[in-house]
Amino acid sequence: MSALAVRGLEKRFGGLRVTADVSLGVEAGERRLIIGPNGAGKTTLFNLITGELRPDGGSVTLFDRDITGVPSRRRTHLGIARTYQIITLFQGETLLRNITLSLLGLSRLRWNPFVRLAKRDGLVDQARATLARVGLDHLAERPLAQTSYGERRRAEIAMALAQNPRILLLDEPFAGLSIDERRDVLRLVNEIPRDVTIVMIEHDMDVALDFAERITVLHFGKVVVEGTRAEVVAHPRTKEIYLGE
Amino acid sequence: MAALAILAAVPFWVSGTFYVNIASQILFYAILALGVNVLAGHAGLVTLGHAGLFGIAAYAAAKIMNAGYGHVTVATGALAVTLVAAAVFAVLALRGTGLGFVMITVALGQIVWGVAYRWISLTNGDNGISITGRPSPLGLSLTTPARFYWATLIVFVMAVISMAIFVASPFGASVRGTRDQPRRMNALGYHVWMIRFLAFLFSAFWSGVAGLLYLYYNQFVSPQAVALTASAEALLMVIAGGSATLLGPIAGAGLVVVIKNVASGYIERWNFVLGAIFVAIVVFMPEGLVPGAVRLARRVRGR
Amino acid sequence: MSLWVVLAVNSVTLGGLLFLLSAGFSLIFGLMKIPNLTHGSFFMLGAYFATSLIARGFNFWAAAVVGGLLVAAFGGVIERFILRRLPGAELAQVLVTLGLSFMVADVCLMVWTGDPIRIDTPAGLRGATSMLGMGFPTYRLAISLIAVIFAAALWALLDRTRLGAMIRAGVDDPAMARVVGIRVSRLFTIVFCLGAWLAGFAGVIGGPILSVYPGLDQEMLPLALVVVILGGSGSLLGSLVGSFVVGFLYNFGQAMFPELAYVVLFLPMLIVLVVRPQGLFGRPAL
Repeated sequence: MSALAVRGLEKRFGGLRVTADVSLGVEAGERRLIIGPNGAGKTTLFNLITGELRPDGGSVTLFDRDITGVPSRRRTHLGIARTYQIITLFQGETLLRNITLSLLGLSRLRWNPFVRLAKRDGLVDQARATLARVGLDHLAERPLAQTSYGERRRAEIAMALAQNPRILLLDEPFAGLSIDERRDVLRLVNEIPRDVTIVMIEHDMDVALDFAERITVLHFGKVVVEGTRAEVVAHPRTKEIYLGE
Repeated sequence: MAALAILAAVPFWVSGTFYVNIASQILFYAILALGVNVLAGHAGLVTLGHAGLFGIAAYAAAKIMNAGYGHVTVATGALAVTLVAAAVFAVLALRGTGLGFVMITVALGQIVWGVAYRWISLTNGDNGISITGRPSPLGLSLTTPARFYWATLIVFVMAVISMAIFVASPFGASVRGTRDQPRRMNALGYHVWMIRFLAFLFSAFWSGVAGLLYLYYNQFVSPQAVALTASAEALLMVIAGGSATLLGPIAGAGLVVVIKNVASGYIERWNFVLGAIFVAIVVFMPEGLVPGAVRLARRVRGR
Repeated sequence: MSLWVVLAVNSVTLGGLLFLLSAGFSLIFGLMKIPNLTHGSFFMLGAYFATSLIARGFNFWAAAVVGGLLVAAFGGVIERFILRRLPGAELAQVLVTLGLSFMVADVCLMVWTGDPIRIDTPAGLRGATSMLGMGFPTYRLAISLIAVIFAAALWALLDRTRLGAMIRAGVDDPAMARVVGIRVSRLFTIVFCLGAWLAGFAGVIGGPILSVYPGLDQEMLPLALVVVILGGSGSLLGSLVGSFVVGFLYNFGQAMFPELAYVVLFLPMLIVLVVRPQGLFGRPAL
């Protein structure tokens, strides 16, 4: 079953074609890696998929449903979740409250001005459980400002997982992490069950290759190589792009 | 909670009508400040046009009352008009973000002032509109300062409770979320525009209530109430007191009202003082007086 | 002379004055992202300074230039010692400039008292000039001409000089400008002073028409705001077009609907906000 399909996606900024006729399809449960040098348009592609950017052409399909015209906040309700390259968590809140906010985003409760949020046990328990999934439940009451960078990267992933997405978009989840931290995050990602389809952008190849089943290589906004991990790694264009740079 | 209890107990020690009146003013300006804080503090949308909404409530109430209607009609009518105006303001102001928002609120506030000042057939211009009488809930007359104070206190407590509930609620958390990470909130499934719009209306409601109390207190409303200085004072109350706590805007209102009433006895140039306070607070205590005072106290205690 | 022609001439005049006032505001807002609520005060202050200078024997034009310089100096002090300490803190900048405007207003009240002061039309530009078979007040024509000259000069500055290129780069992409090595802080001070000078100068040359009085600052500031919102911040062309639109709306509105003058003025602004929030010539928000 096709989880995500992008056809002929176009995005221009001024005269620059940041996304040039990109088409790709991700199967349900797949682990897809998107790589490419800086400026290849990887994050822009994510923004087009989540709806934060409107395409100048082409379409986005989620589980065979055309979502090209759907506003980004509604796409979340349809099962897309993402993390950001630059950490965009709520600085003034505890980890627990951060995850709670994520959970709240999909719940009718978010409009409720009367009840006490802190007393919603169901929500709070779920938030704790999500933190446990990423190994951060012992820090639930810690204000975000007092957590380490590695812990925040894991919190970013927790924010996305909290919403029980069908498709998880990870934007450079390993950026800035130490070797040990990367292994931890990789293990975390690999533990995510197959009912979640994962698409990851990474710049650093070491850890990411471990994760990938299929790889799409972007260059100057175009898809230049696509295939299984083995195929892509062996492909002469891949070597050209990465070594020739 | 403890602070609230202390504030509520204060009326028992007040003596002399001048001070009782000051206390009443502090209370309804505190309600205005709390309203402004919903937008400026919780939603992160600085507003310099809220005197416009405050004034619309007062003017609407005055006109309805002078048309001969009873106080219940006056209150509901005035608040309804205020909410409609607020909805229009919000739709326009939310076309901008951050700075754009501020500028649009300034322009909107000035329009209200312009109407109050120039549309003489509607608002009587600079001469203002007078009313006679205050409501008599349950048959108790509010004409004495003490009685008016008690009534205002009750409304004030209701406002504070309303704010406390709002702050602790999921909706309150949503509002603060849109302040801190609007992009992320959108990605998490929140309707950022709608959240801001509703916060605006909630803020306008209490500003309108404050405007009503202002009218009843003064028995008079004029363009002075909707001038830019009035909006600035409202914002100053929030900034001075600190926007992160419930107590902050209340303390800020107290500070501004006291200085204004006491200082104007000694200093003729109130505007200068107001301006200087703005500048001083911004430069020296950016998080506001309440957090700033807490910080100072910590330093004094040597922590 | 028919009423319409009079109104039209007055509108062009007001438009010219507004352009001088709002060009500075637009640049400051576009480049430095500072909503300079002291701008109306600059206008008033320039006029007040000029009245004192003229009383001391300065000629009108010298008073205009020097008055502008005094305001520019004041602006420079504000920028250097207060605004620069608050980079990016929009709320703080709004409050500080607002607070300063209150302080300036009261100081002016103390120094020059509350009575309106008339500035005499400079000799040589009094009376009327005959054009197309009608007589037009010479001074008003002169203002329009001055505005056009300044518009051209500013355009040349922005388009042809290195300083202008730096300003434009700063408006378009401040982060990039810094990376490229543009001395942003010095640029900011220059632009702020330039904007302040323009406002002060405008206040002086507007003097013969508007006079100077307490509250002038509060009257001019919203007009500048409307111009910038209409025309788009950071855009010279936007300021120009916006100024004349506002000038016409204000005058014709006052004449035809005196009670609704403000509404007539702000209504188009609101329409623009709904249809095109970045203003007619502004940059679309990302």
